[in-house]
Amino acid sequence: MSWKTLTLDQVKAGQQIPDLAIDVTATTVVAGAIASRDYRPMHHDKDFAVERNGVRNIFINTPHNAAFFERFITDWTGPKGRLGKIQFRMKDSVFPGDRMVFHGKVEKVEKDAAGCGWVGLSVWLTVGEKTTTECTARIALPTSADDNPWKRRGDDWRP
Amino acid sequence: MPELPEDVKSWIGQKKYEQWGEFDVERGYIFTTCASVQNGNPLFWDEKAAQELTGGFIAPPTMISVWFRPHHWSPGRTEEAVPLQLHFDLKKRLALPEAVMTDNTITFYEPVRVGDRLKTYQVLRSVSDEKQTKLGIGRFWVLDVEYENQKGEKVATESYTGLGYRRAQ
Repeated sequence: MSWKTLTLDQVKAGQQIPDLAIDVTATTVVAGAIASRDYRPMHHDKDFAVERNGVRNIFINTPHNAAFFERFITDWTGPKGRLGKIQFRMKDSVFPGDRMVFHGKVEKVEKDAAGCGWVGLSVWLTVGEKTTTECTARIALPTSADDNPWKRRGDDWRP
Repeated sequence: MPELPEDVKSWIGQKKYEQWGEFDVERGYIFTTCASVQNGNPLFWDEKAAQELTGGFIAPPTMISVWFRPHHWSPGRTEEAVPLQLHFDLKKRLALPEAVMTDNTITFYEPVRVGDRLKTYQVLRSVSDEKQTKLGIGRFWVLDVEYENQKGEKVATESYTGLGYRRAQ
């Protein structure tokens, strides 16, 4: 089969990643909680979230946030994109009824001493005018059509 | 401002809760995670693509913590099992009934493969003084979680910042 392959030479600093919009429902939140076996009530029980956490509804949990960021980034790179590092700060929660939009921008394009191609990204998640989560990511891209970052092992992989 | 208790100070830098995953890395949970975010990456769905690119099926890298989250019930268990036990230990010991995670950093090394059995441990790195936050008075703490596969190869390092707090009255 064939798949999309983004190579390092196709990426420039300042380039935008196409936005991804998701309309969040209670099912979205609970699907992420189930996927991560997170039974803490604030991710499925609205009364608990309101009365104990002091927020307005159940909200998306940390692993689900991470999984959304991964999907957003690798939708752009294709399957040869290999995440080296991801860092995110959740400034506010995402609730049912929110339309969350992922945005991304290329900050840096480089090759390391082992010859691996890397892209530094800033990624952020907005709900309306508010930025709820800020993220930085470092992802390896193939330096040519024949290269494959997943083949790197040991000292050739420097995330 | 209350001092950080001596026993909590002694936890800093100590390796805690070393454990093996309860089950092997398997595709069912990978599908559940991919479905929860509509991730169609062929590495997780298409055997030929997985074989060609990664030498077989792997798990989404950001799923790393999922392999250590306890099931809601298991036979003989008498107390609630929670993920990231050290986080809950801090809440209890510091009498901070509510908590949220604010920051998460994950660095990925060897891919996690279907059939792997992973091992982990947790390390407390720091606990702040009490602070006034928008959620209430509380403390921030930083926890690292290390993950290895059954061959002893590092697969990921994760760092969390948690905020434990008492709600403002």
